[in-house]
Amino acid sequence: MPAGVAIDTGVAKSIASTLMAKWQAEHPDVDWEADERASRTFVPAHDNSDLIGEATQAEGHTYRNVTELDTLLWKRETEKAVVAGSRVFHSGDELGSTIAVSCDMCHPNAANTHPETYPKYQTQLGRVALLRDMINWCLVHPVRAEALSADDPKMRALEAYIISQRAGKTLAYGKH
Amino acid sequence: MTNDDDQTNGPRRGRGPRSVETVYMEERAAVMQALPRLSRRGFMKVSLGAMGAAAAAGVTINPHSFQPIRFVPGARAAEPGAAAGDVGGGGFRIAYISDSHLYKKELNDRFVRSLLRAVDDVNAMDPQPDFVLYGGDLAQLGQPEELDLGAEILKSVKAPLHVMVGEHDWYFDMGERWRRHFGDDNYSFDHKGVHFVVINSVVEKDFWTARGMSPMERMKTVAGLDNGKQSSFTVGDANRAWLAGDLAKVDKGTPLVVFSHSPLYKLYKNWNFWTDDADEVQALLRPFKTVTVIHGHTHQVLTNRIGNISFHGMLSTAWPWPYAPEGLPEMTIQMNRPDPFNPEDGCGDGSVIVHPDGLVDKVYGLWNRNPMTVSAKYMTSGGEADRPKVPNAKSY
Ligand code: HEC
Ligand SMILES: [Fe+2]
Ligand SMILES: [Fe+2]
Repeated sequence: MPAGVAIDTGVAKSIASTLMAKWQAEHPDVDWEADERASRTFVPAHDNSDLIGEATQAEGHTYRNVTELDTLLWKRETEKAVVAGSRVFHSGDELGSTIAVSCDMCHPNAANTHPETYPKYQTQLGRVALLRDMINWCLVHPVRAEALSADDPKMRALEAYIISQRAGKTLAYGKH
Repeated sequence: MTNDDDQTNGPRRGRGPRSVETVYMEERAAVMQALPRLSRRGFMKVSLGAMGAAAAAGVTINPHSFQPIRFVPGARAAEPGAAAGDVGGGGFRIAYISDSHLYKKELNDRFVRSLLRAVDDVNAMDPQPDFVLYGGDLAQLGQPEELDLGAEILKSVKAPLHVMVGEHDWYFDMGERWRRHFGDDNYSFDHKGVHFVVINSVVEKDFWTARGMSPMERMKTVAGLDNGKQSSFTVGDANRAWLAGDLAKVDKGTPLVVFSHSPLYKLYKNWNFWTDDADEVQALLRPFKTVTVIHGHTHQVLTNRIGNISFHGMLSTAWPWPYAPEGLPEMTIQMNRPDPFNPEDGCGDGSVIVHPDGLVDKVYGLWNRNPMTVSAKYMTSGGEADRPKVPNAKSY
């Protein structure tokens, strides 16, 4: 890390914990993650266990000396962000819908969200859009909620879930 | 523009009580109407003007990108009467409306207005259909007030009405309110030489008791298409026994039309585009010479043929579902991917033309598009003849 750059703990705070803190305070007896995992189908995060072990080239370095604990941490935290996104995606309340509509009504398992096609020229918007622009469009229009700012934990969580559901699709930016 | 959405809810854009959709569709319409009359320079002016208006309204649009819908003038209005000629001696037509998913109207009046539009469509058919089938999922969360509202709206259907149950109608009070309005969930009747059966195919085995779910939790679990806590749909032992008994009384040469909410085959289990005991049910239908199954639940153009049984889906009035990522029957010609910028696109209602031989043409009355017909000829030729037009925006 270059000198003088401190880790911003505010930013480093995980998507999931930011998002779930309030909800958890209201439902202290529910394990939100277990509950959400039981309700939906998730694609597991990439398994990095092939990196574990004697890292000969990295001898003497900390970076790339991967232990099982590392891979478990990566997987756990990544999937947690995705599961948090699923909660938002499936809840009209979390989305702030004024008409009780949630994303899964039209996009079960994030079908037809095509994150792998962004950035692309979105004809109806008349400009190149990122995934979040179209998330916001659907939020405002079919869902009738307020748009989210790009760094809103809910927006980040939605992106995480949508992308995870399309794992394995070939990136094809610009595809219609 | 018919798209005046939601007068009471949702974000407003500082233009009185009109909704974002209303404003959006008006701008889109204005631009589209203006297009043919303009030179390129004029066009740019209009575009910029509309963009300015849109920007002021807080919506970013680019009018030059609007793709006008190619729509045969008068096709919808003419469709019911015009095709009556096709029906020929002894044939007849029925209409369907399905999957309206009503909330109480104070919460969401978009879905209410869509059902009203479908009722208007059906009432405008000339000649009138012999009867109208409602395909299930009248309510969104099985609430008494949702079912009451739906029942009230359906009273204005002029032709005789037959109603089928969907999972969204059932899992709050296990069908109590629905039955009070519409009677038995399994029944049959004969009409002009055809035996019609309406069957409850959304029976799920108890996943709620062990989890201590409240009725509302149970309902919300079933209401989530991709919610894996629920069980698979079945017709179930009791309903299947009823079906066997009912069919035992019918001559095997009599054309049979079965209405079920779920497709009576196995397409995609995760979304319950699936009936778990489909094999057993199909075994009961197979001895009949001519069999058609018309189902709801899938909210899309969906076609399958298994042996002598033709399967057709129905459109929803509320929203279109995407196609399942696997298992799509070969006979299905997809409908175009819906335009997210128009909440009624991919939705609609439709009709079924029953020919004298009992074979049917299935008409998908897609709102905002030309109707799409999946004909008896297409079905019996195994997809060789009379192929519907293929869309350019397939799902992926
Ligand atoms: C009432 C139906 C409806 C709801 C609710 C809805 N959408 Fe959409 N959305 C659509 C349709 C229809 C499309 C176009 C799909 C296509 O092109 O195949 C679409 C497109 C999208 C796209 C772009 C897909 C592409 O091909 O580029 C994204 C991303 C998206 N929606 C995300 C969301 C999210 C996130 C939510 C919830 C906040 C949501 N949608 C809610 C109907 C809906
Ligand atoms: Fe439905
Ligand atoms: Fe359904």
